[in-house]
Amino acid sequence: MKHIVFTFLLSFGWLLSGQAVAAPSGVKLDSAHINLRDQASLQRGAQTFVNYCMGCHAASFMRYSRMAKDLGLSEDIVRQNLMFVTDTIGDTMTISMRAEDAQKWFGVTPPDLSVIARSRSVDWLYTYLRTYYLDDSTVMGTNNLAFSNVAMPHVLWEQQGYKAIDADGNLVSATQGNLSSREYDLMVRDLVNFLAYVSEPSKLQRLDLGKWVLLYLFIFFLVAYPLKRAYWKDVH
Amino acid sequence: MFANMMNWIDARFPASKMWREHLSEYYAPKNFNFWYFFGSLALFLLVLQIVTGIFLTMNYKPDADMAFASVEYIMRDVQWGWLIRYLHSTGASAFFIVIYLHMFRGLMYGSYKQPRELVWIFGMLIYVALMAEAFMGYLLPWGQMSYWGAQVIISLFGAVPFVGESLALWIRGDFVVADATLNRFFALHVIAIPLVLVALVVMHIIALHEVGSNNPDGVEIKKYKDENGKPLDGIPFHPYYTVKDIVGLTVFLFLFSLVVFYMPEGGGWFLEDANFVPADPLKTPEHIVPVWYFTPFYAILRAIPSVAGSSFPGVAAMGLAIVMLFLLPWLDRSPVRSVRYRGPYFRTALAIFVVTFVMLGFLGTQPATPTYTVMSQVFTILYFAFFILMPFYTKYDKDKPVPDRVTDQ
Amino acid sequence: MSSDIDTGKRRFLTAAASVVGGAGAAVVAIPFVASMAPSARAEAAGAPVRVDISRLEPGQLLTVEWRGKPVWLFRRSPEIIADLAALNDQLRDPLSKQASQQPQYAQNETRAIREDLMVMVGICTHLGCSPTFRPELAPADLGANWKGGFFCPCHGSRFDLAGRVFQGVPAPTNLEVPPYHFLGDDVVIVGESAEGAA
Repeated sequence: MKHIVFTFLLSFGWLLSGQAVAAPSGVKLDSAHINLRDQASLQRGAQTFVNYCMGCHAASFMRYSRMAKDLGLSEDIVRQNLMFVTDTIGDTMTISMRAEDAQKWFGVTPPDLSVIARSRSVDWLYTYLRTYYLDDSTVMGTNNLAFSNVAMPHVLWEQQGYKAIDADGNLVSATQGNLSSREYDLMVRDLVNFLAYVSEPSKLQRLDLGKWVLLYLFIFFLVAYPLKRAYWKDVH
Repeated sequence: MFANMMNWIDARFPASKMWREHLSEYYAPKNFNFWYFFGSLALFLLVLQIVTGIFLTMNYKPDADMAFASVEYIMRDVQWGWLIRYLHSTGASAFFIVIYLHMFRGLMYGSYKQPRELVWIFGMLIYVALMAEAFMGYLLPWGQMSYWGAQVIISLFGAVPFVGESLALWIRGDFVVADATLNRFFALHVIAIPLVLVALVVMHIIALHEVGSNNPDGVEIKKYKDENGKPLDGIPFHPYYTVKDIVGLTVFLFLFSLVVFYMPEGGGWFLEDANFVPADPLKTPEHIVPVWYFTPFYAILRAIPSVAGSSFPGVAAMGLAIVMLFLLPWLDRSPVRSVRYRGPYFRTALAIFVVTFVMLGFLGTQPATPTYTVMSQVFTILYFAFFILMPFYTKYDKDKPVPDRVTDQ
Repeated sequence: MSSDIDTGKRRFLTAAASVVGGAGAAVVAIPFVASMAPSARAEAAGAPVRVDISRLEPGQLLTVEWRGKPVWLFRRSPEIIADLAALNDQLRDPLSKQASQQPQYAQNETRAIREDLMVMVGICTHLGCSPTFRPELAPADLGANWKGGFFCPCHGSRFDLAGRVFQGVPAPTNLEVPPYHFLGDDVVIVGESAEGAA
């Protein structure tokens, strides 16, 4: 009897072991090691996002006012440094480019990035933004290890410089960027951290609340179990 | 004061009588074990899904252009919307975990056997209604997985000979899954099927309380009664099983909260990554799988090759896989209920069945490589063999003597 | 069954479980109740509104929307201002004593920051209809004493050109003055007092 129970429970183990998210091209993903509680990192990421991504990508579910509050910024600072499309703090991070135009110009509509970190995973984004390389066979002249034949050009080339791929398939530096390799990784990490925040602004609230809920249930158990014992004295 | 009020009510509505019949004087066997928590947990989850569902409905928009955004609106702009949504999404998966364990309990202890056939049939109807409910609910977030999952499952109906295509078209209300589909699935998900579910649950419980609960020994406690006509091995459901189920519920809620607060995506099983991309009728995700609780049947579907240009056999096999479960009370010829006193044939068959079901579930999540397809076919045969051979191996099994009274646990 | 049942212990544990469980249930109700309060989107849509009044002539009414409600901006001429005081004995609350109906800075005879500009939520305090603007003097339906004001078509409540309610009508209080402030002479921010959001 016992072993049946055991087999059955064990068999549910695979459910929780996590669905392997294989990158389309099978590249090994680097760990981004983001920290949602690092407000300075989120602020830098927000700046990068607004300066480099929001030319083409919106985060149309994210409100500036919410971001100001969560990132520890005053509304005035957000208005002056992070808001270029609107001056209403309650607006979401939309862009002025229309989807039809984008389709015409790039062949694809740049996706909204509100929940990109949840559909793509943080590590994939971190890897993707760091593995552009020169490739003459594409329209853009660049390709990507994590996302082959990606339509997006290497927007951060000034920072990273261009990479090329050598005979062994490794990325090597082709031109020098403004940032050292380490600085560039940090910049991308901050950006990915911000994207992770944007994908679920309530996450920290969720994690913080969880502790209290579990603590409550534990305390309730300390009452409920003796209560059960007290009644079941009759039966045993 | 309170007594007066109760008298007033009882003269007009059988409140006290119902309380006695279903709780304080409903005698349940005293030897319930771990497996007997899942019935009340399922009831709790039904209530949780209905309550969280009502609150989600207040902000959700069943419109192909707005659905995806309205879910994110709930997750961000509605106060505590994220919590209500995660409770609902986690609740859906938890419901199936609990129901599968509850069904397995019935299988182990022969709870479907005479005189509890109708309890089992009502339970199976609940299971089928629940699958419909979950399937339609899964379309509502209008992500890629919602969309393509629905597209594939509805296309199954297209495989039915002669009327299939018109049937699929009628279900969708459009040539592909579209706004019309979303809108009608919403209507069915929030009101039609929940009404059916609640009615079936009531019938399930009434039928159960009519014949009395089975127990891990599979013996009838009504055989031995004391001078007041109370079963010697029975204890009133209230307070004994209410206090016990509260403990069970607390432990369950602890595990449930771990998921809701720390891993609401359930590793990609409860909320799939691809479902964070809005539905796109022009682009199928690279790897499309149904939600985990459908995968055993999906694996059976894929295991059966098409015959004479028709994919109907696979669809029929999938349907039959569920019909088989309905037939259990009549397939089982053994006089013994509980696995504790069954012979080696049944025990072996049950063990193989558990492995089969789990393996089919696993295979349903995997791409259909040649090896996996062969494995799916083997396990599909084993799945059906468990039922089709049951009249034989249960009849000739070397069952052990069953005790007269429940054994002390 | 054992005969020595410790009822005291059971009673204590039942009470403890009820209290702890009841408290938990009450806390669980909070998110559900709170989810029905205005969402971040509603809050954002209810943000203060900026109104330019440079072209608003005396006697003219401008209606803007704030939090989904009509807000009237009305330029009062010196004659209208002079008439206001004469109406006092026909009004229910001529001096705006009811503090809930206007911010403190509008609790004066003209119910305004600047007497030439009336800012008023155009919702009748009776049952929520929006009164009609009736600036004409002594029209047939409103009587010879009418000096211009607002008339609610739903139940006949009357208000003067400072939003003050007349006696003997269903509306219990004066119209509500929203929080507002001026930016310079010609710009009004409706929905926010000078010191910050309402």
